[in-house]
Amino acid sequence: MIETVHISDEAGLVAAVAAAATEGTGLDIAGHGTKSGIGRAVPAGRRLDLSRLSGVTLYEPDELVFTARAGTPVREIEAMLAAQDQMLAFEPMDSGALLGTPAGAGTMGGLFSCNLSGPRRLSHGAVRDHALGIRAVSGRGEAFKSGGRVMKNVTGYDLPRMLAGSFGTLAIMSEITLKVLPRPQTQETLLVFGLDPAAAARAMSAAMGSSCEVSGAAYLPAEIARRRGEVPGEVAVVAFRLEGFAPSVRARRAMLISVMTPFGGVEVLEETASRGLWAMVRDALPFSGTGERAVWRISTAPMAGPVLARLLADTLGAETFCDWAGGLVWVLMPDAQAQAGAVRAALQPQGGHATLVRATAAERSGDVFQPLEPTLAALTRRVKASFDPKGILNPGRMYAEP
Amino acid sequence: MSLRLPAPDEGVLARRAQIIADLSAIVPGEGVIFREREMKPYESDGVTAYKQLPLVVVLPETTQQVSRVLAYCHASGVRVVPRGAGTSLSGGALPLQDGVLLGLGKFNKVLEIDYANRCAVVQPGVTNLGITRAVEHEGFYYAPDPSSQIACTIGGNVGENSGGVHTLKYGLTTNNVLGLEMVLITGEVVRLGGKHLDAGGLDLLAAIVGSEGLLGVVTEVTVRLLKKPDVARAVLVGFPTSEDAGDCVAKIIAAGIIPAGIEMMDRDAIAAAEAFVNVGYPLDVEALLIVELDGPEAECAHLLEEVSRIAAACKSSTLRVSQSEEERLGFWAGRKAAFPAVGRLSPDYLCMDGTIPRKQLPLVLSRMRQMSARHGLRVANVFHAGDGNLHPLILYDANKPGEMDAAEAFGADILRLCVEVGGVLTGEHGVGVEKRDLMPEMFDAVDLAHQQRLKCAFDDQGLLNPGKVFPTLHRCAELGRMHVSGGQVPFPDLPRF
Ligand SMILES: Cc1cc2nc3c(=O)[nH]c(=O)nc-3n(C[C@H](O)[C@H](O)[C@H](O)COP(=O)(O)OP(=O)(O)OC[C@H]3O[C@@H](n4cnc5c(N)ncnc54)[C@H](O)[C@@H]3O)c2cc1C
Repeated sequence: MIETVHISDEAGLVAAVAAAATEGTGLDIAGHGTKSGIGRAVPAGRRLDLSRLSGVTLYEPDELVFTARAGTPVREIEAMLAAQDQMLAFEPMDSGALLGTPAGAGTMGGLFSCNLSGPRRLSHGAVRDHALGIRAVSGRGEAFKSGGRVMKNVTGYDLPRMLAGSFGTLAIMSEITLKVLPRPQTQETLLVFGLDPAAAARAMSAAMGSSCEVSGAAYLPAEIARRRGEVPGEVAVVAFRLEGFAPSVRARRAMLISVMTPFGGVEVLEETASRGLWAMVRDALPFSGTGERAVWRISTAPMAGPVLARLLADTLGAETFCDWAGGLVWVLMPDAQAQAGAVRAALQPQGGHATLVRATAAERSGDVFQPLEPTLAALTRRVKASFDPKGILNPGRMYAEP
Repeated sequence: MSLRLPAPDEGVLARRAQIIADLSAIVPGEGVIFREREMKPYESDGVTAYKQLPLVVVLPETTQQVSRVLAYCHASGVRVVPRGAGTSLSGGALPLQDGVLLGLGKFNKVLEIDYANRCAVVQPGVTNLGITRAVEHEGFYYAPDPSSQIACTIGGNVGENSGGVHTLKYGLTTNNVLGLEMVLITGEVVRLGGKHLDAGGLDLLAAIVGSEGLLGVVTEVTVRLLKKPDVARAVLVGFPTSEDAGDCVAKIIAAGIIPAGIEMMDRDAIAAAEAFVNVGYPLDVEALLIVELDGPEAECAHLLEEVSRIAAACKSSTLRVSQSEEERLGFWAGRKAAFPAVGRLSPDYLCMDGTIPRKQLPLVLSRMRQMSARHGLRVANVFHAGDGNLHPLILYDANKPGEMDAAEAFGADILRLCVEVGGVLTGEHGVGVEKRDLMPEMFDAVDLAHQQRLKCAFDDQGLLNPGKVFPTLHRCAELGRMHVSGGQVPFPDLPRF
């Protein structure tokens, strides 16, 4: 066990990072540690635990904005927002079931740094799209700020958005300011049954290309539909979520049914069942309880997703399902082997990137994130060095240190 | 004009003829412009008060030419200023005397439209509206809609992270760009993102959008296309005070409604716009809101009722709901013509672009009135009220001695006020040269150094658009040095250029 330093304020964070920079000690940065399993294994000499750096410093519902310290539990934020009928529009996943960590845990810092968005990413954008401002400490042991608390801001480079999804390799967020949105008054889900992958892609494309304002579009192949109680029936299913004010949802239901006419009959799931279905998709519940089997998360052109998913199932024996109208493919490998070469080769003609989100430590010593072509890899190293010249922040978590 | 740009490199000026010859070998034909008369159209951007002829204008047509031009400039230490349509309102595309002005106007092709994946791949010189024009027959559009959209290019939009009146619901440029191709100052070509969501690796796309041409030259952009909403309806609401109008905006949002746009104008802006376009704006109100709702017919009808009810409860004195597309466009015509309308009141005006937390609006407006009296200049206000982005238009006459300086001083006071109340210096127009020297109002030396080191990772000799955004130029080696001692880093305060 490496030693753990608990951080409770920004000054403490500055001191801890500055000390590590002086000594050259690699830091493993964690909130609740729920996503420590994502990324390459970090050879750190010390763990920084940010869970005590907690609390909301600003929440102005009228202005759709809040600021929270990095260690604030996501659950607390969601409860605070729900009390004002608001939400994190990017629909953060609870990765507990997938990664075998406690359910409902996770901090804002972890959520932000992994940029893991749920089904509504399709219509409302990712975590990074809601990033307004940060305070952070870079690998130089210096506290800095960027962005602000207002929605429109182009003063200087957009570091908050860039730091979202940087897996703690550039800077450690101490405080995060995000945009929030009103919670839709109601929701329902329309299901279309029995489509093969190519038809599913076309159906989702037709829905997204209509003015139905779909805020979730997923494809669950028969194997998964059969196993999960959230969807009725034994065959593959395409699910579309409609959210908003009741009169609008009613009108869009009628529109979507007519858009789906060429693809078959439609069944409607009312609000509670609809919520259950999207929680399943969001949290990748079809893959929970599958132990050490490797899991990939692939982002690709939406039209390519369902067919790619089928290809991976047929050739590698994987189980798959698609979110983001086909643009996000979840892949459960038959065993602990990630088969990175085969997965990436299958993705290559379509474009996009594949991330190994669950794997054994041995598998995670290889490329967890999509390998970069040389010019981009060199640029990425320079950017990393500009924030963290000594390479002490989550060393090697995204890419092997040179 | 008080503006100072980096001192020109005498060596480069002396080599001008050779540089022109070398560039002409890379971009043949009419792609290299060097006669003073022909370079004139490039001497300024949307901030016409600042003028500077470049060393030479180069208009490449292919990524390979851009790559070779940049590699050449990198090897020979020549500065480069990228330019789209030159509508920047912050002086971002202002040339340098010793710099190549790299115009992307010939990159004007829509390369691919992929309706099934709801995206388009375009060259950077395609205009913002050009994208929508290319796809509207299929019912699609590109959402960000700066008022300059007929003229400004998508490359410039990426440079400035431009927004429009529909940003509240549909986001800024950064939320609508999926991928791009970019040439680094070394001539190396990098591709980021694509047709998929969440570009992989570090989110460099986020850094490039809004980087004002300082990090690389964008040669291709993949944008998200959206289906046009079925209908759009607008409500025009007058209020006796700006507090009431601000209160109304807050209550609309608190009711869970995110309108497609909420614009506010103050009394002076209303009067100017009405005199200009005659669309029936009420003249006896202190503040006017245009609230636009879009989506399915049923949703608009429902929300129009809600908004009207909320407005009535917020002491609105007039309220009109658009009954036809023509009437809706009429409501907007005044707002969209606000700049030229104000321009008629005065020989010159300065358009500011701060953002504030919306609730601070009454305070900011009243302090602005005091400043107006102090500086002896009038100001009219248009406001993207949904997202707090304020555009004060300061009226002045450049021919009256001292008025331009007074206008600039007034503008700087307004921006300081925006920062003081929790806002920022610029919401969508960019820092450029115009707000460069105000950056320390918002950021301390350590904040700025973290930004400038990012610049160094892309352009270690500072050849791309130097003199923009950052008030002080530091050498990358100096910025990169670490002086850690108990977390305190002494920051070397180099002289201003
Ligand atoms: C009347 C008027 C109304 C306006 N309304 C709005 C508005 O509503 N919202 C808004 O946001 N802005 C508005 N603007 C400002 C301006 O139109 C935008 O900033 C626009 O995006 C600039 O585009 P451009 O093609 O003219 O870019 P330019 O002015 O040529 O350049 C802008 C910046 O981008 C850089 N750049 C340009 N092309 C590239 C490239 N290919 N690669 C790298 N860098 C590049 C330049 O170096 C410069 O720093 C308005 C301007 C005017 C004159």
